[in-house]
Amino acid sequence: MTALEYAAVGKVFPGVVALDGVSFSVAPGEVRALIGENGAGKSTLLKILAGQYQPDSGTLLVDGTAQRFATPAESQAAGISIIHQELQLVPDLSVGENLMLGALPRRLGFVDRGELRRRAREILDRLGEPIDPDARLGDLSIGRRQMVEIGRALLRDARIIAFDEPTSSLSARETSRLMEIIEQLRRDGRAILYVSHRMEEVFALADSATVLRDGRHVLDAAPVSAADEGRLVSAMAGRTINDIYDWRARPHGPTVASIRGLSGPGLVAPVSLDLARGEVLGFFGLVGAGRSELFRLIFGAVPRTGGGVSINGADLPVDDPCAAIAAGLALLPEDRKADGIVPLASVQENVALAWRNRAGATPLLRDRLEATVTREQIAGMRVKAANTDVAISTLSGGNQQKAIIARWLMADARILLFDEPTRGIDVGARSEIYAHMYRFAEQGGSILFASSDMPEVLGVADRIVVMREGRISGILSRDEASPERLLRLALPDADASASAPADLRMPA
Amino acid sequence: MTVRNLIKRSGPLILLVLLLPVLALFVPDFMGLRNLRGLMLSVTLVGTIAATMMLVLAMREVDLSVGSTVALSGVLTAVVIGATGSVGLGVVAGLAGGTLVGLFNGAVVAGLKVNSLIVTLATMEVVRGLAFLASGGESVAIPAESFYALGSGGFLGINWPIWVMLASFTGFGVLLNRTVFGRNILAIGGNPEAARLAGVPVTRVRITVFAVQGFVAGLAGIVLAARITSGQPNTSVGLELAVISACVLGGVSLSGGIATIGGVVVGVLIMGAAQNALNLLNVPTFYQYVVRGGILLIAVVADRLRQGGRLPTFRLRRSVAAPDGTSHA
Repeated sequence: MTALEYAAVGKVFPGVVALDGVSFSVAPGEVRALIGENGAGKSTLLKILAGQYQPDSGTLLVDGTAQRFATPAESQAAGISIIHQELQLVPDLSVGENLMLGALPRRLGFVDRGELRRRAREILDRLGEPIDPDARLGDLSIGRRQMVEIGRALLRDARIIAFDEPTSSLSARETSRLMEIIEQLRRDGRAILYVSHRMEEVFALADSATVLRDGRHVLDAAPVSAADEGRLVSAMAGRTINDIYDWRARPHGPTVASIRGLSGPGLVAPVSLDLARGEVLGFFGLVGAGRSELFRLIFGAVPRTGGGVSINGADLPVDDPCAAIAAGLALLPEDRKADGIVPLASVQENVALAWRNRAGATPLLRDRLEATVTREQIAGMRVKAANTDVAISTLSGGNQQKAIIARWLMADARILLFDEPTRGIDVGARSEIYAHMYRFAEQGGSILFASSDMPEVLGVADRIVVMREGRISGILSRDEASPERLLRLALPDADASASAPADLRMPA
Repeated sequence: MTVRNLIKRSGPLILLVLLLPVLALFVPDFMGLRNLRGLMLSVTLVGTIAATMMLVLAMREVDLSVGSTVALSGVLTAVVIGATGSVGLGVVAGLAGGTLVGLFNGAVVAGLKVNSLIVTLATMEVVRGLAFLASGGESVAIPAESFYALGSGGFLGINWPIWVMLASFTGFGVLLNRTVFGRNILAIGGNPEAARLAGVPVTRVRITVFAVQGFVAGLAGIVLAARITSGQPNTSVGLELAVISACVLGGVSLSGGIATIGGVVVGVLIMGAAQNALNLLNVPTFYQYVVRGGILLIAVVADRLRQGGRLPTFRLRRSVAAPDGTSHA
């Protein structure tokens, strides 16, 4: 018997057929991967499971019984738990309170703190996570927060657990922890639906896979080992993708940015680096290794406490993003939604934001010019949007990211600080973003990018900086780099400085 | 534009359009020219300040000190005119006082990163106190007849206070829509961190907006002093709430990022028309409070529904709140 079955499920939104007769099932103890590009219908399937949407046709069966969830509460009551990409937790409450949110243990009408702590610890032990139940949730890393979310599903004893892009913001180590936990859930006999973009995870984890494209299921691979990666990817994209990175050697020019003894919050040791014109410099490390912090310090988004950044020989002030932008820098933050876009504003407002505020811009808006330039940039980046007046939040993640790149091309940025360029972005859009990065470098721009996705760093960077616990643990040329070396430099338990090969150039 | 979009974009206007014939029909004398002029005059104080409050709210901030600033500015103007005999110096004193209050608010909010609700709650009290101190606790008569013209005189048959309000609407409407500064205000309100990282000079914009708000409150205080021919330290208590209400009625989002000057004008007019009708109908003041609050409540609930929100369905079973996912990937 199947734990969960979608039988010819259809869903139509005004103007879009989101799902067109999708059928597949998940048995207890099975991990089924659900893969497809953004817009393929994965989220809609999950929202139907979660009770946020109701299908327009077809049936959702749980344990063989047709179900129609009108609210998320009904879905949860049926033993379903969804681990969302954007976690649904309260940052200001403790870990324990978050675990039991909505069902806090009570005694005489008051919250039973002792019981809360005891049960929270029990669940966290089962997950093997050394998290303090009393810690404020917002102080945890994103990976840890996700563990808390999984803990919630365990506490509710959910029999059907759906993961929506769970590893998109996890470091390599957190990802392998998550894999172990999902393995454990499978052994428990729970039915797992696993939505991901990452093929290596699908092959490592899933028993079976369903590929969606444009709201239809185009391929059913059961067992998943019967399919190869190329077949799954081409089913997703409707075309064959050989190498999504497509890196080519580019000549580098003179040094354009020089970082000397940079220190500040999040960095344990001062950082010194040179960046050449036309260079794409990748930063690898686990989450919390200090890459995002380093980028924010270079940009002056967080005040530097020591050292300096000079761009073409001119020093930047310690905490002035406007001056950094005037010098040609741009920061594309990791959390696009929180720090990158103005969600309510239109695509044009978002794309033109930096251009309007560039040095020498007129105080009066130049609507027509701005609209023209914006449209050019949008077209150049191949952003898919009905027009430039729609709210940017209606665009898919990949298109939002391309719009943010367009913002900086329009403002004539010369050095991009690109934090997780393809987080939460589907395969097709990813290769487009890489192509834009290469073109930017070919035209004399330079890029520093940070990624937790090792194949991405290895595939895209000309040179790789590995960070570990707030310091640079190694700098490798593209030829020197290998997955093993990167990992050894990134992992905190390996003493990289002692065991690293002599040919590694270690920072002073 | 579809009908749905039209309704979505001009909700407050539709409310006003529906309201006016009803008032014209059921309230005697409402449509008289005399009454309409009175109505306009009655909303000048709220209207003038609503234009800058719109900017503050659009920036995801709030300013509670405007009522006190109006009082302080009026008193300063009266005292300085009394002491020097110069209307010009009095006006400068009133404007300077208001601007300084705004600058202070802006510097603390933007520089020290303190919540503007708290900062302006504090300055609301402090500035009210300063108004009493400057006036000695009593109303200060203004011994300059020429100054009264600012309140009672006019141009092209329209009173000066109305001109000031119209100028405020026009000026700040243009500022919001046609200048980089105005669009930066909306960007900051929509996402302050994204705006900062995109090169918007966030601190400077914040301080400037508060200073402008202070300046306009000072100006409104001077006009009010001219109308009542004195500086009153206890005037305009609660004005800030009327101004914020008018903005919210006009569709300005308290969570920032959304504001239109047209909406604010309509919001001000709805408030004024309702107040005026209640007065004409001789409804006792106590009821007027209830009606005003009711209109605000209905307007914001209607707005919520228009934006595609749903009224919650109350169930006996406990349910878990779900984010209203509107996108479909």
